[in-house]
Amino acid sequence: MALRKVKGNLERMFDKNLTDLVRGIRNNKDNEAKYIAQCIEEIKQELRQDNISVKANAVAKLNYLQMMGYDISWAGFNIIEVMSSSKFTYKRIGYLASSQCFHTDTELLMLTTNMIRKDLNSQNQYDAGLALSALSCFISPDLARDLANDIMTLLTSTKPYLRKKAVLMMFKVFLRFPEALRPAFPRLKEKLEDPDSGVQSAAVNVVCELARKNPKNYLSLAPMFFKLMTTSTNNWMLIKIIKLFGALTPLEPRLGKKLIEPLTNLIHSTSAMSLLYECINTVIAVLISISSGMPNHSASIQLCVQKLRILIEDSDQNLKYLGLLAMSKILKTHPKSVQAHKDLIMQCLDDKDESIRLRALDLLYGMVSKKNLMEIVKKLMVHMDKAEGTTYRDELLSKIIQICSQNNYQFITNFEYVSVLVELTDMEGTQHGALVATQMLDVAIRVQAIRSFAVSQMAILLENAHLFFRPSSKMADVLYAAAYICGEFATELKDPQDTLDAMLRGKLVQLPGHIQAIYVQNILKVFSHILSQEEERGDSEAILLLCDSVGNKLQQFVSSADLEVQERASSAVHLVRYIHKQVSKNEGGMSEEISALFSGELNPVAPKAQKKVQVPEGLDLDAWINDPPPSSSSDEEDYKEDNAIFSNVVGNKFAPSAVPEPSEEELEKRRAARRVEQASNPHYLKSSHSSTKNRSSEKMNGQDDISNIPVAEIDLPIPLKIPGLASSNHYMSPSKAYEAVELDKPSKKDKKKKKKRRKEKVSSDDDDDIQALHVVNTDIGEMPEGAQLSDPDDNDNRPEDDPHRALDINLDEPLRDEEKLPVLAHRFVDESLLPIQDEPEEQANAHVLDTKHGKTSEKHKKKQGKDKKSKHKKDSKKKLLAEEERQRGVGSEDVKTVPTNTDDLWLSLDSPAQTNEQQLEPKDKLDPSTGEEKKSKKSKKKIKDSEKSSKHKDSAKSKEGYEEAAGISTPSKEILSFADKNRSAPSATAPPLSAYTKLAADKTLHLVHEVRTVGLENNQIVVSVVFNNISAQLVKELDFSVSDSPTVKLMKSDVDQYGVKLPFQLKASASGEALFAFQVSDVTFAQKLRCTLTYMIEGTDDISSQEKLDFWLHLPCSSFMVGRLTQRESVTDLLASGSLTARSSMTLESIDFDFSQVLQRVCFHAHFTLVERVDSTASLYSHSIQQHNVCLLLKFNMSTKTLVVDGKSDCSPLLSSILEEVRGLLTPST
Amino acid sequence: MIKAILVFNNHGKPRLSKFYQYFNEDMQQQIIKETFQLVSKRDDNVCNFLEGGSLIGGSDYKLIYRHYATLYFVFCVDSSESELGILDLIQVFVETLDKCFENVCELDLIFHVDKVHYILNELVMGGMVLETNMTEILSRIEDQNKLEKQEAGIAAAPARAVSAVKNMNIPQQIKDMKLPDFPQAIKDLKF
Repeated sequence: MALRKVKGNLERMFDKNLTDLVRGIRNNKDNEAKYIAQCIEEIKQELRQDNISVKANAVAKLNYLQMMGYDISWAGFNIIEVMSSSKFTYKRIGYLASSQCFHTDTELLMLTTNMIRKDLNSQNQYDAGLALSALSCFISPDLARDLANDIMTLLTSTKPYLRKKAVLMMFKVFLRFPEALRPAFPRLKEKLEDPDSGVQSAAVNVVCELARKNPKNYLSLAPMFFKLMTTSTNNWMLIKIIKLFGALTPLEPRLGKKLIEPLTNLIHSTSAMSLLYECINTVIAVLISISSGMPNHSASIQLCVQKLRILIEDSDQNLKYLGLLAMSKILKTHPKSVQAHKDLIMQCLDDKDESIRLRALDLLYGMVSKKNLMEIVKKLMVHMDKAEGTTYRDELLSKIIQICSQNNYQFITNFEYVSVLVELTDMEGTQHGALVATQMLDVAIRVQAIRSFAVSQMAILLENAHLFFRPSSKMADVLYAAAYICGEFATELKDPQDTLDAMLRGKLVQLPGHIQAIYVQNILKVFSHILSQEEERGDSEAILLLCDSVGNKLQQFVSSADLEVQERASSAVHLVRYIHKQVSKNEGGMSEEISALFSGELNPVAPKAQKKVQVPEGLDLDAWINDPPPSSSSDEEDYKEDNAIFSNVVGNKFAPSAVPEPSEEELEKRRAARRVEQASNPHYLKSSHSSTKNRSSEKMNGQDDISNIPVAEIDLPIPLKIPGLASSNHYMSPSKAYEAVELDKPSKKDKKKKKKRRKEKVSSDDDDDIQALHVVNTDIGEMPEGAQLSDPDDNDNRPEDDPHRALDINLDEPLRDEEKLPVLAHRFVDESLLPIQDEPEEQANAHVLDTKHGKTSEKHKKKQGKDKKSKHKKDSKKKLLAEEERQRGVGSEDVKTVPTNTDDLWLSLDSPAQTNEQQLEPKDKLDPSTGEEKKSKKSKKKIKDSEKSSKHKDSAKSKEGYEEAAGISTPSKEILSFADKNRSAPSATAPPLSAYTKLAADKTLHLVHEVRTVGLENNQIVVSVVFNNISAQLVKELDFSVSDSPTVKLMKSDVDQYGVKLPFQLKASASGEALFAFQVSDVTFAQKLRCTLTYMIEGTDDISSQEKLDFWLHLPCSSFMVGRLTQRESVTDLLASGSLTARSSMTLESIDFDFSQVLQRVCFHAHFTLVERVDSTASLYSHSIQQHNVCLLLKFNMSTKTLVVDGKSDCSPLLSSILEEVRGLLTPST
Repeated sequence: MIKAILVFNNHGKPRLSKFYQYFNEDMQQQIIKETFQLVSKRDDNVCNFLEGGSLIGGSDYKLIYRHYATLYFVFCVDSSESELGILDLIQVFVETLDKCFENVCELDLIFHVDKVHYILNELVMGGMVLETNMTEILSRIEDQNKLEKQEAGIAAAPARAVSAVKNMNIPQQIKDMKLPDFPQAIKDLKF
């Protein structure tokens, strides 16, 4: 044995270690692959040995090879072996390897569950730390489910190092096992107030990550974060919180208003640039989310912009970059403030850093004005010439186009822009040819006045088309635009013949298909133009020549591979031949017919117009288009014939009598309506209008009766530009609706101009008065009513597999019974399946087994098969209690029952400072009924007033938010009314247990109270008192005072010198709740405090009378107990450690309850946690707010109805008081 | 969230790679390569943020890097991280390395990449920032090193002796001297 060990050591000594490996690789630069292959062979050898240190060494080397890009997953099993070593050194190597090469889908992971669990619970915090670090890299859904509970337990570890890691780990658990989120969230929330700032920061981090993807579920945490923000000095945490607020404000503008002030203060005070920058970012987000209102808005904006300027001017390129980035966010909503810093931004355009230039470019579009546009564009063009990378050049090009074309060429004063576009075509290798082409088309079509200029430029482009023939050139697309413009506006061509020649010249077939197609079509257009010119001159010889040459040249397209080109070309060729034939026959007037082929005006149509056409009101698409009855018009006669045939076939069913014969008047109306419909229907073909118009105006007793058609009544806000039907009158009296659509119009001139243009077509009115140079048809294009260009798309567009989808969970809802984390339970151990692992512990075996069986604990929860059912029941009950307890922490509230939730209240408070104060100093309290009375009433009340108490519970719950929500307390002067709240039904099974007990009452007020411990605050308890106004008058100016005892003191603010003023009034039968915090210095005996409540009753005639109510507030020892159990084992340890020196026991006889009820009562009222229950024996645990431990062992004898209670504690007086209390709880009669 | 942490030298040789999202080894190498190409062509006096890098992330992700002597430290992060914060974190990381290795240089990273991982594990966990306080980080590392030493104890003595002998191995030393990049290594010795 010893010999083997020595041998192992010796072997190990001469193995290659990591350093040797690295050295070797460096020495074998030339044949690295071969060397590594050799090393891998050695490693495989080493992994086969038994000695764990040899294996660890091998795995360490694998780690290095993994970084070099070698797959090491084949060694997965060995890695797990090394991970399971008991030595930290090897464990660390193993875990490192696992974190590098395992991932969610690694199948081997199921072997690790128990090992990791063991490490998580290890005595050595660094073992657990290792496990957590590695687990965070590869956690799988199965692991997450199986280990969630263990990680949860670590959240309450005494070691901050572990708490911190466990908190971060929980986030990964949530991602893989979303069901854990709700049960775990209360505890995670507690961690936000952890005494260790690292833990706190980790918790903030996790909540921020969660909230970033599903912000709305975390709005209720805003008050708590607000408190953290105003109190914390940890910049890391502040940054996270402020970023989180940035995500929350869009959902809740009121939050934004609250934030502005503290953020501004931070901006002024902080010296950390990172924090400053995040503050500015969030302020910007706030300002964006608040549409209007706050007067000091502009001040905030100014402050941000100023600070950003400082950042941009900084010599640090990083700050410069971030400054510009933030600037661009402001630009969207407050362009003016940014424009003031134009100089700076222009300066950044010349920066040597490309990232900075790109950011500055983003800002540029907000900087342009009519005056400087061309200057900026010229500058950008210079940059383009100099630019090296194509990406940057492309970016420049698209930016130039963007700034020129924004808002329908708002800033362009003369259309030098066309020359700019033409110049841009010189740019080599850009991807934006199509974009430039689109711009050319757009400008030429929209701006009538520059058409001739544009056409001449395009003609030049066509002349030089060969420049674009290089196959790789993306710029060829501009030929598309050029050809189209020259063809469409052929009348503007200076020398159409030349252009035609240019279009027919060269290797056109090299061009892409769509460009060829447009060529063919536009060659015809130009041809038809020349034809008409020649015809005027009567030169038929020239025409014949022309036909020949065009026809011949077009032949090359007929054999094109592109179908469309082929088709168009062949019809074009035949058309030209036909013309040739006709002309040679000396038929005149051809040109007119030919040009008719291409006539027609272009109107811009919005990209989505077709989709957005809405069915006009009153139009039923399923109804008959033409009424069945016959009429005198010819179509209707046709129809009648059809109908006749139809009725013949079908027989009597369609008897004519069934259709009432419409009067002439009705018909007229219908026709008119139809015409209106046609007018408003963009799909309706235009060709018919002239005839329609004529007919209708004749029929309608001549004159301008078109205006009688109720066009205006239809109130289509969009002028549907179908020329025929619209009368000029309609346009002359611009309806509001019309204007509404023309939002983007830059000037009235344009509008006028547009009207005019339409008029030209419609009624051929005066066609002079064409406005100067740059009249742009700035319509977004024809769009149906109410439709918007941008399709709002509010769907969740996250990918299906985004884990955050599953985490969109409402956290404010109370936990349901079945929501709990899977807990490790004992299982059958199947002997035949015993594993080969060398782990000695039996537990480990069970573990491996469990992983072999694969699945969750729940399936196997069969340890005590017989008891299972009953245990289950109990479990759920127990859970219920525990959950209730925890929920409190969440500040959860039943949304149904409370109209205003805590956020609302919190947000409606104006001054943040005030809130803080209030929260820190909870207020006063109330009065006392005597002890005995209280106790006896308690039980009675529980049964009788179950409904009532449950109501109180609701209200209590709803209010709980304040306390946890960083002490926001109740809003001042708010008049609370819970009267019309819905009640949640008390749970059907268990008798409703309410901790609210009667405190005092007089003829006006009825007070109930509950005592709670505060999360992590040592030495503090909170008494929640609900004031019910049972009178019919308004009760106000409630003032609560307590005579402090030496060990218990009410915590007051300085303002409240004597008592505490309650921040609300109570209307008739309303109730309100107040929380009072007490500082407790000794918890070992019960306390009795004398309290006084004074208040004013407002009588009928404005006469107020003052009343006073004295009472006793009882604080039994159990009110200082925290019934929370962190770790089951800790109780066992505690008992074993012998530190619980005080012992006491008592026997209670003739108990009326069954054992479950007993446990329930003790747990609930005396604040204990059930540690374990076996049959009719149970152990309970609790600790006081001063960390005294109390353990109880309850044994119940069913037949004799006796209960034996054994207590152990480290504080004897506390134990005896507790036992007394338990006695009181269970034997109400005494 | 931090998606990946990469350290490579001026020639693109990886010195540390930590991915908090799964990529297979080939992909990892490709990402390192691409990142190196993006980062290495930038001057030292330009800003430390880089958008893009098509392999990792997408529009939401940024590369934040620092260049120290022969090494690039690159963090790939999403928008929930503060840019300047991450720059600070890199600084903390490097300073911690410097403390742990006493004047860290590239060779330290080459030969002790495992230790670098352990140090990194104290800063970042699963892509989330764990600790930024250097004293705290150092004390954690110190504790764990102590644990390791305890375990090693006497048992490791022979191994140490052997490795000392190995290091004294003169032919090996001579071989090392012939390293083609030895002058480079000397340069690396200083930050």
